[in-house]
Amino acid sequence: MSFLTYLISGLSLGSIYAIIALGYTMVYGIAKMLNFAHGDFIMVGCYIIFSVTASLGGNPLLGILVAVVLCTILGITTEFVAYRPLRGAASPLAVLITAIGVSYFLENVALLIFGADIKSFTSVISWEGLSFADGQLRIQGVTIVTILISVLVLVVLQLFIKKTKQGQAMLAVAEDKGAATLMGIDVNKTIMLTFAIGSALAAIAGALLCSAYPSLSPYTGAMPGIKAFVAAVLGGIGSIPGAMIGGLVLGIVEILSKTYISSQLSDAIVFGILVIVLLVKPTGILGKKIQEKV
Amino acid sequence: MTLLDVNKLSISFGGLRAVDDFNLQIEKGELYGLIGPNGAGKTTVFNLLTGVYKPNEGIIKLDGEDITRKNTVQINQAGIARTFQNIRLFKQMSVIDNVKVGLSERFKYSAIEGILHVGKYRKVEKEMNEEAMKLLKVFDLDGEKDTLASNLPYGKQRKLEIARAMATDPKLLLLDEPAAGMNPNETKELMDTISLVRKEFGMTILLIEHDMKLVSGICEKLTVLNFGRVLCQGETKEVLANPEVIKAYLG
Repeated sequence: MSFLTYLISGLSLGSIYAIIALGYTMVYGIAKMLNFAHGDFIMVGCYIIFSVTASLGGNPLLGILVAVVLCTILGITTEFVAYRPLRGAASPLAVLITAIGVSYFLENVALLIFGADIKSFTSVISWEGLSFADGQLRIQGVTIVTILISVLVLVVLQLFIKKTKQGQAMLAVAEDKGAATLMGIDVNKTIMLTFAIGSALAAIAGALLCSAYPSLSPYTGAMPGIKAFVAAVLGGIGSIPGAMIGGLVLGIVEILSKTYISSQLSDAIVFGILVIVLLVKPTGILGKKIQEKV
Repeated sequence: MTLLDVNKLSISFGGLRAVDDFNLQIEKGELYGLIGPNGAGKTTVFNLLTGVYKPNEGIIKLDGEDITRKNTVQINQAGIARTFQNIRLFKQMSVIDNVKVGLSERFKYSAIEGILHVGKYRKVEKEMNEEAMKLLKVFDLDGEKDTLASNLPYGKQRKLEIARAMATDPKLLLLDEPAAGMNPNETKELMDTISLVRKEFGMTILLIEHDMKLVSGICEKLTVLNFGRVLCQGETKEVLANPEVIKAYLG
């Protein structure tokens, strides 16, 4: 029974990684950049929810809603101010380093406003959860909600990309920016929408993350952000189902290795898996090798 | 009536004057050919017309409107659509989705409506599908609407690229070497497709081509480029009989 419990909590953590990884993978797939500040958008989302619920006494749902809206605005603003001017830069490193800069900037702004002490975050999910087999198997409410939300997010995102004109425009831009603009697709608008969706997802991931692990500091988003990046690469960066699979694999491996091997070594194992996958299949689990025809 | 009016168009890359003092007038409904040896600057002219490059000098007017300084998206909306020398379809997308990308600026609903599948979403998507199918029927591609673009045979990829360009509802269609890499049968079929586009849509077409059979077969007027400059301009028959043109081509 205990194995099942650990597996489920791995699934839950993996679901959070998956939602974060979706943001990473969408931005990479469409804008061809790695937004290393993505993890910090999560932290910003958490602080917004914290402020609305703990300081202002608001409803947790209202907190999430405000966080989603403000993170979306943050994502759009960051893209507009920091990334867009560098889109034509000679080296893709310029925008990568800027993203790292944005990450430090957000962490330090949070440090200035909220201080370095760890805030205790009240879960936005008050449901106790379910209990099976005479109480031997208990699943927390937050675990169930997290898994359900990640499935919902994946389905909605897939439908959006496959079935709407904005989604099709994203795919077109991802494949051939030049041809897309010549067909009348506004690349800037499309990339802005990608950032908006990615950042909104970061806020949702933040709410779930801090509900499951209720301690909040300016560095809360950094580690999950990096791990979600690993998840996106593991699944095949640019691929949406890949991000989901990568996230789940990573979450389960992390929890199981914490439980059965060593809690100190679990991160080493997680990153070790990345190295192995990159050696065996550099494009990731679902990544496709695209051959350029000359 | 003059649809495209290009005056004194020039662009340099470093020290090289790739296009120099280029003039071109195309009447509405005309099928116009742009020919010249390799490296003469033909594709550069297309890139200037569609806003990919900004000219150093000169003015481009489409239907009386100055489009010289507009960007690619604005120029597409003003009414110029194109195909590419090396086919640039969205290969990972289906045939119908390629056409719908071309349609997408003409059919509007918000991203929120799209995410939630509410509001105008269903109605507009239905209209887009109908419009896309109408276009695919014209190009005889409706039977393969769900095929991935990369899985289409070469000739049909060319056709789909023209269909996608037509989806943006242009006034002027630019075809960059549409017969490149085609066998004589495919070229014949392409000529039929081009005639069809003219008949169905009354389209004005400017095309770059090396295949002289195609050029002399369908183009009404020609401009010959050589080293970025206009060598000769006029009715197809006269241009092809010009000794200088023959010299530039045969060396």
